[in-house]
Amino acid sequence: MSAFWKANQRRLAPWLFLAPGALMFALYVIIPIFQSLWISFYDWDGLGKATWIGTANYVELVDDDSFYTSLKNNVIWLVLYMLAVPLGLLIAIFLNQTVWGMRVYKSLFFFPFVISQVVVGLMFSWFYAPDFGLFYKLIEWSTGTGVAVLADERFVTYGIIAAGLWPQIAYVMILYLTGLNNVAPDQVEAARLDGAKGWKMLWYVILPQLRPATFIAVVVTVIGALRSFDLVSIMTDGGPYGSSRVLSFFMYEQALSEYGYRMGYGAAIAVVLFAIMMIFISGFIWKMWRDESER
Amino acid sequence: MFPRPIEQTSPTTQRLYKTALPVALFLWLLPLIGVAVTSLRPASDLAQGNYFGLPSHIAFENYWQLATESAIPRYMVNSLWVTIPTVIGAVALSCMTGFALAIYRFRSNLLVFFLFVAGNFVPFQILMVPVRDLTLQLGMYNTWYGLALFHIAFQTGFCTLFMRNFIKSLPFELIEAARVEGVAEWRIFWHVVMPLMRPAIAALSVLIFTFIWNDFFWATVLTTSAETQPITAGLSSLNGQWIAQWQLVSAGSLLAALPPVLMFFAMQKHFIAGLTLGAVK
Repeated sequence: MSAFWKANQRRLAPWLFLAPGALMFALYVIIPIFQSLWISFYDWDGLGKATWIGTANYVELVDDDSFYTSLKNNVIWLVLYMLAVPLGLLIAIFLNQTVWGMRVYKSLFFFPFVISQVVVGLMFSWFYAPDFGLFYKLIEWSTGTGVAVLADERFVTYGIIAAGLWPQIAYVMILYLTGLNNVAPDQVEAARLDGAKGWKMLWYVILPQLRPATFIAVVVTVIGALRSFDLVSIMTDGGPYGSSRVLSFFMYEQALSEYGYRMGYGAAIAVVLFAIMMIFISGFIWKMWRDESER
Repeated sequence: MFPRPIEQTSPTTQRLYKTALPVALFLWLLPLIGVAVTSLRPASDLAQGNYFGLPSHIAFENYWQLATESAIPRYMVNSLWVTIPTVIGAVALSCMTGFALAIYRFRSNLLVFFLFVAGNFVPFQILMVPVRDLTLQLGMYNTWYGLALFHIAFQTGFCTLFMRNFIKSLPFELIEAARVEGVAEWRIFWHVVMPLMRPAIAALSVLIFTFIWNDFFWATVLTTSAETQPITAGLSSLNGQWIAQWQLVSAGSLLAALPPVLMFFAMQKHFIAGLTLGAVK
């Protein structure tokens, strides 16, 4: 036994080190993905017997207006959330100085990211609250009539996205601050001697060096946009009239709805969301894979 | 350095910049400041419509009321019961997985690694129904350990990515030297690599603490009662009960935000090092 171990430990050791983590990860993450795919072909209330209904859940989904509302909102989220990248860069450039007290400024700007989205949602609900919210007052003061953002179908999704952008910009900002810190000073000086400044400097000299930071910023922003659930749930509960739903919230609502659990239908929605995310995930993984193999 | 250091510009620009800084910060934190101010306003002020004027007195009693009459303290303790085991579990597991993937060359190495990475990005909803069912079957539904077990498993994905990259950046000669000496593999892990991983463990611990403390989705899916719900889920249900009592909602929100905020300020360097890993080559 011990002779065998001595001869083979280099080959066996990685698997022994991997085993506990990999088993847990398989049990709670990898296998459930396939189970969800499977469940999406069933009619199941989560307790009783599940009945195979083939693609009926997906057929229903294609005819469900709420599905299209959620899908449309997901697209809006994705597009507007990307604003976090340039805005985060902007704040990072603004803060990349060494005046007295800068460290405190940087951490206070980063602050929103540390707070739970539940709390962010409550803060912005207060901000938007009709009659006394700060934002409502500002609009009322500047235009004459206030707008109840979260009760208005036209604005509600944008109002929630604004709340989501707050911590997301902070996150991107910190990524870029670290990136800017590591920009090669000699290249910047050389470019300066050549007369580069402002936008040109940013575009041709700084941004190429910030590429790793930009990549991570885009990854976390895309994932964050498609994962949006907390804010919708806290701020509007999908309302008014379901107009602020996103796929993640719609899925939760259907699977654990107060009118009875529809696990199969929920799973089908989750599969669609998963498929959308897989497009992005494959892209990220492909890029990371290429970087790894280059080493 | 980019942009040009402000010290090299004209005095006017410098003065302008130094005024712009606090103004920008004030605007940036406006929602937070508004909530902080509201949390110290007595209920009577709000009832009379005094939302923005001076409060009639500074109402610390709002916090006192939450601490003594609401379930907030209970929820905070519940959060700790989920958060701390998760931090320990996920960091412990990922030290091992990270070590395995960083040190050993075997054929499926990259495949396993990218499974961890990809799993970490999937939408929670695709896991929701099976994980809820699994937790029910294990008899762990609505318990702190049911929730913590899931979190440990899921966070292992991110932590493995982190640890593997960290260990990969360590000098490999150390391990080779130990192997030449005939040191057993698990001893190399424990005595050679682990001591060098302290900064990574610190960074991951603060990050995971914050992520798990702030988790809302799984808290609502896997716990239901006030005896087990973490603060995020608890705050959400209290918010439903405290209709229009904004002084309580505000005070509760700030209390819920406090532990990760303290953690952040205490361990700022580690926190940011963890978050920005990979942002620079």
